[in-house]
Amino acid sequence: MDAQGIAIVGGGIAGQALCEALRERDPDLAITLICGESCLPYDRVRLSEILVSGEEPSALQLRPDEWYADRRVEVLTGRTVAALDAESAALTFAGGERRSFSKVALCTGSRPLMPPIPGLDKEGVIPFRGPEDCETIRAAAADGARVAVIGGGLLGLEAAYGVASQGCPVTVVHLMDRLMERQLDSGAAAMLQPAMEALGVTVLLEHGTEEVTGNGRATGLRFAGDVQLDSDLVVVSVGIAANTSLATDAGLETARGVLVDDLMRTSAERVVAVGECAEHRGVVYGLVAPIFEQAKVAADTLLGVPGSAYEGSLQWAKLKVMGVDLVSIGRAEGSQEAVTADAGRPSYRKLVVEDGRAAGAILLGDTRGTEALLDAIRSAGEVSDPLERLAEAATATAAELPESAQVCDCNGVCKGELVEAMREGGCGSAREVMAVTRAGTGCGSCKPMVKEIVALENGGAAEEPAFLCPCMRQTREQLALQIRADGHEAVSDVTAACGTGRDCGLCKPALAYLVSEIRENRHREERSARFINDRVHANIQNDGTFSVVPRMYGGVTTPDQLRRIADAAEKYGARMVKVTGGQRIDLLGIRKADLPEVWRDIGMPSGHAYAKAVRTVKTCVGTDFCRFGLGDAIDLGVQMEREWEGLHTPAKVKSGVSGCPRNCAEATVKDIGAVAVEGAWQLRVGGAAGGSVREADVLATLDDAGEVLRVATILLQYYREHGDYKERLYDFVPRIGLDQIRAIVLDPEQGAALLERFRIAKAAVTDPWLERDEPYHPRQFDGLDEATAERELPMLVGPPEGAAR
Amino acid sequence: MSVALEKGLLRVCATADVPLGEGRPVTVGDRRVAVFHTESGWYALDDSCPHRGGPLSDGILADRCVACPLHDRRFGLADGAALTDGAAVAAHRVIVRGEGVHLEIAEELEQAA
Ligand code: SRM
Ligand SMILES: Cc1cc2nc3c(=O)[nH]c(=O)nc-3n(C[C@H](O)[C@H](O)[C@H](O)COP(=O)(O)OP(=O)(O)OC[C@H]3O[C@@H](n4cnc5c(N)ncnc54)[C@H](O)[C@@H]3O)c2cc1C
Ligand code: SF4
Ligand code: FES
Repeated sequence: MDAQGIAIVGGGIAGQALCEALRERDPDLAITLICGESCLPYDRVRLSEILVSGEEPSALQLRPDEWYADRRVEVLTGRTVAALDAESAALTFAGGERRSFSKVALCTGSRPLMPPIPGLDKEGVIPFRGPEDCETIRAAAADGARVAVIGGGLLGLEAAYGVASQGCPVTVVHLMDRLMERQLDSGAAAMLQPAMEALGVTVLLEHGTEEVTGNGRATGLRFAGDVQLDSDLVVVSVGIAANTSLATDAGLETARGVLVDDLMRTSAERVVAVGECAEHRGVVYGLVAPIFEQAKVAADTLLGVPGSAYEGSLQWAKLKVMGVDLVSIGRAEGSQEAVTADAGRPSYRKLVVEDGRAAGAILLGDTRGTEALLDAIRSAGEVSDPLERLAEAATATAAELPESAQVCDCNGVCKGELVEAMREGGCGSAREVMAVTRAGTGCGSCKPMVKEIVALENGGAAEEPAFLCPCMRQTREQLALQIRADGHEAVSDVTAACGTGRDCGLCKPALAYLVSEIRENRHREERSARFINDRVHANIQNDGTFSVVPRMYGGVTTPDQLRRIADAAEKYGARMVKVTGGQRIDLLGIRKADLPEVWRDIGMPSGHAYAKAVRTVKTCVGTDFCRFGLGDAIDLGVQMEREWEGLHTPAKVKSGVSGCPRNCAEATVKDIGAVAVEGAWQLRVGGAAGGSVREADVLATLDDAGEVLRVATILLQYYREHGDYKERLYDFVPRIGLDQIRAIVLDPEQGAALLERFRIAKAAVTDPWLERDEPYHPRQFDGLDEATAERELPMLVGPPEGAAR
Repeated sequence: MSVALEKGLLRVCATADVPLGEGRPVTVGDRRVAVFHTESGWYALDDSCPHRGGPLSDGILADRCVACPLHDRRFGLADGAALTDGAAVAAHRVIVRGEGVHLEIAEELEQAA
C-alpha cells in the first residue's frame, strides 16, 4: 500500500464525526476508518435509552451500512491497531498487517476506569460503556437480579435508572457525601437524591467498597466495618481513562490524554487526536458536544485548510433520567451565587458568577431558561444582579436567544436554522417551519419556543397566514372558498385545480379533511390521500403492526364486551392488552391482515383512536354512585360520545364529564369538558394536558345536561369548520378568542345553523370498521404475499423489448 | 413464494392488486420489497426505512416520493434517494406486461430469492 489517505483509528462518535467532516471538505480523499469494536460507529450517549427500551443496539448505529459505501469510506470493523509509527504515519494491526497513510487521526476514546478494589475481576462485575453491557444488565434483570452500581455520578445514575426501569432492586454505592459531586452543589444533590429514590433507586453515600465478595462470581459488596450488600450484578461507573497507549508507545506526548494544540495536532507532525482520548489545554472532555467542534478543526488541519482553531468547550450535561430534569453547566460553585429553591415542587435553580461574569448554573426540577443560561455562560456574559438574571432566564423570550441556541433537542435544530427556514426557505408559519426543519416533531416540548421565534421573526405580529401546506401557498380559507365555488369532490380535484398542481404529500391528509368537511361527508373518498391509519382504521406502531381500540362510551363496558375482547386478544395474538389513559381498552400488536377479523369478533364500533376525530369522553361515576355527585356524569358523557361518534375534526378531540368540582374525569384539561356544580353545569373548552398543560376556559354555565350537549355540539361544529388542520382546540380557542367563540355559539341563529350542518354531516357517518365486510379494495388489508395463489398461475410472457416501465 | 419467469424477472402481482396511489409489500427471499402504483407508473423500493425500519409500503405517495409512515422521512420513488435526512433506500426496477407486475431482480435480490 502506498502512503495515501487518512487513517482514523477508532470508530466512536469522534471517529465518525471526523470522517464526516473530512468527507464534507473533500469528496475524493481516501479515508480508512478502523473500528476496534465489531460494529459500525454507534451513538454511545443513547445507550441508557436502549437499556430502558430494550431496543436492539443496531438502533443506535449512527449511519446505515450504505453510508460508507456511498461515500467510499473504507471501514474495517473488529480490527485493532497495535502500533503506530508516528514518523511514517504507518499502522500495524493486531495480527501483523502494516499499512502506511499520509496522516493518522487518533480517535481511540477512553475505557471505563476500574478502581483497585479486590474482586473486581469476578464474573458479574461489568462497566457501563457498550451495548454488550446493556445486554448483560437486561439479562440479569430478567432473572430478577439485585444490582449494585458503584459510582453516583452522571453515568452511574443513568445506569441505575436503567436497571430500576427493568423492575430490579438497585443500589447506588457512592464514596462521596453527595451524588454527582462534580456537577452539583450540596443543595441540588440533596434534592436529587429523593428524586432518584422515588424511581426505586436506593442510595448509599459515603460507602467505600473494600471488596467484591463471592467465589469466582460476584455475590455482593463489602464495605468498611464489615457491612455487606448482597448483589448478583455489580456495575462499575466511577470514571473514564483515555486510551493513550498507542500514542505513548509511539513516543507522542501524553498526560491524562494525548496532548493536542489548538489545531488538534499531537506532538507528531502527521498525527492529530480528537475526542475522549485527547487532552486540550489540560482538559479531557467526557462529552460529545466538544467532539463535533474538535472534529471540524482537525479536518481542516489534516487537509491544510488554514484559519480554524479549537479553543476549548463549555462543559455542560443533562441527566437522561426520565422524570428527573437536571442540567448542569460549567462551575457548580463560585464566589458569587444566586439560588432559588422550592422544596415543594421540588426545584433548585442556581447561577454561579465569577468576577461579575456568568460561570455556571444548576437547574433541577425546573429547567426553563437552559438555552439562555448556556449562552450567557458560554460567552461569559456580564451579570450585575445574579438573582434577577436567574429569574429573567426562566422567562427568557425568543428575542434574547442567540442564533446558535439549540431549540429542539430531539432533532438538534437551533434558532438560526428556524430563522433561515423563514428568510431563505420562504416559510411563513410555525407549522411550515416545523415541517421543513423538523423542529418540534419529536417530543414536541419545544413547540412553544418555535412559535415564539416565528412570531418574533414576523415582526412580533401575528403569523403570516398559515398556508395549509408550503407547496400550495394557499390558506385553508382560500382553498375552502375554491372547493365550494368549483364543487370539488375529492383531493385529486383540488390538487389539480389549485396551487402548483403538484402535491407534496404533506398536505394531502389536510385536504382530505377539508374536502370531507365542506362536502359534509358526501365527498369522494380517496384513500391514497390518507395516512395509513385512516386507510386501515387502526394506529400503526413502531414495528408495523397496529392497535385496535374499540369504542366504550363514557368508559363504560360490560362483561360480554370484555369476554369478546379477551377472546379476540388470544385468538389473534395481541402483544398486549392495555387499559388506556382514555378509559378504554387497547389491543396492541395486531397484524394488518387480521384487523377485519378482530373487528368482526369484537363486534364493537371503532374508537377512532387512530384518527383526527372525536376520541373519548371520559366520565366519572357521578350521581349514579358517588356520594358527592351533583350531576349524572355518565349519562351526559355517554350521550356526548354517541352524538359525536365518527366525526372527523381538524385535530383529535378529547372530552370529559365530571359529576362535581372534585373533577375526577379531569374535565378541566380536556378539549371539551363539563363539570357539574351546585344546580348547574360548567361547559369548558380548550383544556390541555399533553405536551403542554392549559386549563380549559369556561364557555358557559348552563342549567341542564341537554343544554350542555347542545352548546357543546355547536362548538364542535364551529371548530370543525374553522379549525386549521392539526390545530387542537387548546390552540384554536386562544387564536379565535373566547369572546368571539361565545358570541357565535351562544347566538340562537348562528347556533341553529351550525347545529343543522352538524346533523347533515353526522347523518353521513358510518362505522369505518364495517369495511371488514365491504373493503374499498380487495387488498385493503393485505400485502402481496397474501396474493400467492394468483401469482402461482402460469402466465404468458411477452417479448422482452415490449417491456414498459 | 414468488414465481420466476425468465432470468431476472419475478412476477409479484397483478396490476389490480395494488390500489392506485398506494403501495403493498411483497417478500422476495428474505427481503421485503414495497411495490408502488402511482399515476406516473410503478416503482419498487426496499420496504424497510433506513431510519427505524418503518414499512414504506404504508407511506403516503405524492410527487414521485413516499413518506415513511413512522417519522415522515421521504424517499424518491425512482431511485430511493433520501429527500429528508439520512440514508437512501434501495430501488428496484418494475416491469409491467399486460396484467402482470414484475420486479427486475437485481443481483442482490436474486441472491436473496
Ligand atoms: C393508547 C394511549 C396511551 C395509553 O396506553 O394510555 C395513547 C397512545 C398514543 N398517543 Fe396519546 N394516548 C393515549 C392517551 C393520551 C392522553 C390522555 C387522555 O386522552 O386522556 C393524552 C393527553 C391529552 C391530550 O390529548 O392532549 C395524550 C396525548 C398525546 C399527544 C400530545 C397531544 C398534544 O397536543 O399535546 C400525542 C401526539 C400528537 O397527538 O401529536 C399522542 C399520540 C399518541 C399516539 C397515537 C402516537 C402515535 O402517533 O402513534 C400513541 C399511539 C401508541 C400506539 O402505538 O398505539 N398522545 N394521549 C392513550 C389512548 C387513549 C384512548 O383511549 O384513546
Ligand atoms: C452510558 C453513557 C452515557 C453518556 N451520556 C452522555 C451524555 O448524555 N452527553 C454527553 O455529552 N456525553 C455522554 N457520554 C459520553 C460520550 O458517549 C463520549 O464522550 C463519547 O462517546 C466519546 O467518543 P469517542 O469517539 O471519543 O470515544 P469512544 O466512544 O470510546 O470510541 C473510541 C473507539 O475507538 C476504538 N479503539 C480504541 N483503541 C483502538 C485501537 N487501538 N484500534 C482500533 N480501535 C480502537 C474503541 O473500540 C472505540 O470504539 C456518555 C457515555 C456513556 C458510556
Ligand atoms: S403512548 Fe403517548 S406518551 Fe407513550 S410513548 Fe406513545 S406518544 Fe408518548
Ligand atoms: S422509520 Fe421511517 S422515518 Fe423513522
